[in-house]
Amino acid sequence: MVTIEGLHKKFGKQQVLSGLDLSISEGGIFAILGPNGSGKTTLIKTILGMVIPDKGEISVLGKNIKVNSEYRHKIDYLPQIANFPSNLKVKELIKMIKDLRKSTKEDERLIELFRLTPFLDKKLGTLSGGTKQKVNLVLTFMFDSPIVILDEPTSGLDPISLIRLKDLIQAEKAKGKTILITSHIMSFVEEVSDEIVFILEGKIYFKGSILELKTKTNQPDFEHAIASILTENHA
Amino acid sequence: MKKLVVFFTIIFMTGASLAQTLEVCTTCPISSLKAAIAKAKAFDTVVVKKGRYNEYDVVIDKPLTIIGKNHPVIDGKNKGEIITIVSDSVTVDGLHLINVGTSYTEDYAAIRVKSSAHFVIRNLILEKLFFGIYIEKSNHGKIRNNKIIGDAVEEYNSGNGIQLWYSKHVDIEDNIVQHVRDGIYLEFSDFCTIKNNLSSLNVRYGLHFMFSNDDVYQDNEFSNNGAGVAVMFSKRIKMYNNLFKDNWGSASYGMLLKEINDSEIIGNTFEDNTVGINIEGSNRIIYKHNNFSNNGWAIKVRGACYANTYTENNFLYNSFDMAYNSNVNDNTFDRNYWSNYTGYDLNKDGVGDVPYRPVKLFTYIVNRTPETIILLRSMFIDIIDFSEKVSPVFTPDDLLDNNPLMKKVTW
Amino acid sequence: MLKILKYSFYDLMRSRWSYVYFAFYLLLGIVLLFLNNDLSKAVITLMNVIIVLVPLIGTIFGVMYYYNSKEFTELLLAQPLKRSSIFMGQYLGVAISLSMSLILGLGLPFVFYGLFESSAIWDFSLLLITGTFLTLIFTALAFNIALSNENKIKGFGYAILLWLFLAVIYDGLFLMTLIMFEDYPLDKLSLIGTMLNPIDLSRTLILLKLDISALLGYTGAVFKQFFGTSFGLIVSFAMLTVWVILPVLRIIFKSNKKDF
Repeated sequence: MVTIEGLHKKFGKQQVLSGLDLSISEGGIFAILGPNGSGKTTLIKTILGMVIPDKGEISVLGKNIKVNSEYRHKIDYLPQIANFPSNLKVKELIKMIKDLRKSTKEDERLIELFRLTPFLDKKLGTLSGGTKQKVNLVLTFMFDSPIVILDEPTSGLDPISLIRLKDLIQAEKAKGKTILITSHIMSFVEEVSDEIVFILEGKIYFKGSILELKTKTNQPDFEHAIASILTENHA
Repeated sequence: MKKLVVFFTIIFMTGASLAQTLEVCTTCPISSLKAAIAKAKAFDTVVVKKGRYNEYDVVIDKPLTIIGKNHPVIDGKNKGEIITIVSDSVTVDGLHLINVGTSYTEDYAAIRVKSSAHFVIRNLILEKLFFGIYIEKSNHGKIRNNKIIGDAVEEYNSGNGIQLWYSKHVDIEDNIVQHVRDGIYLEFSDFCTIKNNLSSLNVRYGLHFMFSNDDVYQDNEFSNNGAGVAVMFSKRIKMYNNLFKDNWGSASYGMLLKEINDSEIIGNTFEDNTVGINIEGSNRIIYKHNNFSNNGWAIKVRGACYANTYTENNFLYNSFDMAYNSNVNDNTFDRNYWSNYTGYDLNKDGVGDVPYRPVKLFTYIVNRTPETIILLRSMFIDIIDFSEKVSPVFTPDDLLDNNPLMKKVTW
Repeated sequence: MLKILKYSFYDLMRSRWSYVYFAFYLLLGIVLLFLNNDLSKAVITLMNVIIVLVPLIGTIFGVMYYYNSKEFTELLLAQPLKRSSIFMGQYLGVAISLSMSLILGLGLPFVFYGLFESSAIWDFSLLLITGTFLTLIFTALAFNIALSNENKIKGFGYAILLWLFLAVIYDGLFLMTLIMFEDYPLDKLSLIGTMLNPIDLSRTLILLKLDISALLGYTGAVFKQFFGTSFGLIVSFAMLTVWVILPVLRIIFKSNKKDF
């Protein structure tokens, strides 16, 4: 589904990715983890073509992404920080995005799911962070593409919405989609993900199931397993 | 004494009644102008009927009145001069003269007056000419209502429309002169009046004065001439209510004054010329009630010019109001209207409270390096002009109008 | 790209600034006409305003819009859209709305004043065309500056500097060069100097039409040949077009290389 070979990226003097190799197979939920500044978001953005790598090859669905940008239509992306033009109404924003990408009916179901109906006529600038994130989720999921990339999907969500999001992700997985997630909430990751990709210092440190990670680190639970990787490497 | 008067009156009356009228037409017994003149006695009238007469070197040697009916054509066939007047009191009226010979050694004219007085030349049409009307050493004449249309292209092989040489008291009125070298040219000719003429589209000057004093020219229009009007080496010239228009070109101007003293320039309009008036070495001239509008330079002063006064003129939308190439100023500017004036009038007396400086720093720069004109109306230029205005360094600091008017002058 | 252009344009039409700009030109047009009472004179004054203010407003507005619409840009970047079309769409949105404010703001008072019956209509049209060119050029330059500077303050600083340089400082250097080399033939140098600055280029273009071509021709044969014929007009317009195309190409190039 997604194959990455020898990916390098430098921002100024800071080497963010240094020779990262990764291959993600079709179907399932993959969690990309790593400490702050390890290059998670950069990795996602290179896959999306928003960051241009210094070196390395990326192919999505068997095609090199440098060749053409058509593959982007197969990816739904949830950006980490939901920044919207503040003088636009929620309704107008959804309509605009549909106009820019393609027509869909999914939005009505998602608006219902996240209880956004009362906010449709409000301007985006007046919404709370959590509500904005819900709008963000609607925009992401309404297009039903085979690959979904979620950058910190849980931020700002109330518990009920969080449960709905988890259900939604599972439902999408059931359709056979490939889902990439980054998150700081370990319990969320443990609950939803099938496989873990752990990035450290711009490289893949570990790739496998949570069970494998626990065995490798000799830790009884997931959170401690992650913590032990970090302490080992920083010591 | 009384008897003598009666006697002369009788003589004069009989003389007049004895005067004959001779008719010339192509089928008449007299079929040429030359023949008619030969037959005529003094003070006879020769009437030339409509037709075409191939004649040149016609010499009028007695006082005659020659009248063309319906503009008969006298065709000189490019052989030389057409009519030469060598007698006093000759009137030529209503002829159409064409095809004057061109020569590089002799100034052939359509009609020439030589050392004769009291001539009248009127209602003529002159075409295909070298020189048009050439008056030499002849006084007290009138040149009126003629139409002179040449086909001059180059200066060296063309002549002037109306030329006066050593002639005094000649009136030139209501003529149209176009497409010749100089429309009207005066050399050593004093006390002449030039009024109501249109001189345009000429290769060199619309009007050209040389060494001629005490002349008046007024109510004329000079437009689209190669270089404008040149007034040179003359004194006491009165220039009233003329229009100088559309003299565009790299060496062109509405009027050139060179070595002119004690003259008056009043009520004229200078419009759309590269330079309105180009002044060199001219002193004690009064400039009053003139309109300078939309010229490149309204006035360009070069060389020493002293004791000139500029009062109550309108300077309207010229790119430059004045160019001045010297650092001293002996001329007076007072009560003019300058459209570029940006001062204020707090006491509401119609006079601006701060003096106006007609010479800008940029004018000085352009004088020095002409190519810099490409920066005209640039913001940087506005800034340096402003700083020069506040504290003059390069331009004469006493060259200013202390009483700039707030509204256009009317008179 | 057209869709993005549409949304940028709507976004701007909704913003207060477009109206401020429009109202400013409307007021300027009205004041000039009814105080001067002379169409040709008003056109000359307008020229001074246009060659100074249009670039300034284009630059400031362009930079401001870029930084203010960062969220919109990020949202668009998250969508499967071509980057060049995102930025070109935004650029054209700004440039077109500014040009429209200019044309309508100045045009309306002049039309009501009786422009169509006046001989000044060609001068006036040239003025508006040049103004539009300047808007296109300086908005593009502003986008270039903003694309190269993440820091807002720095971006604004460079934008103001750019305007100051092209509107004032350039002419100062130009004048000094001409005076310094006054002993040499200068016509070609000064023509080239003019071509290299869009503000100077627009200024001479308008001056040509305002009937002082002969005044410029005063200096010599090269000027006369250049400014006296339609050749000068054509070359000037060609250069203005080049001045639009180059920064626009750089917007496309830069936006394709940039990380977000």
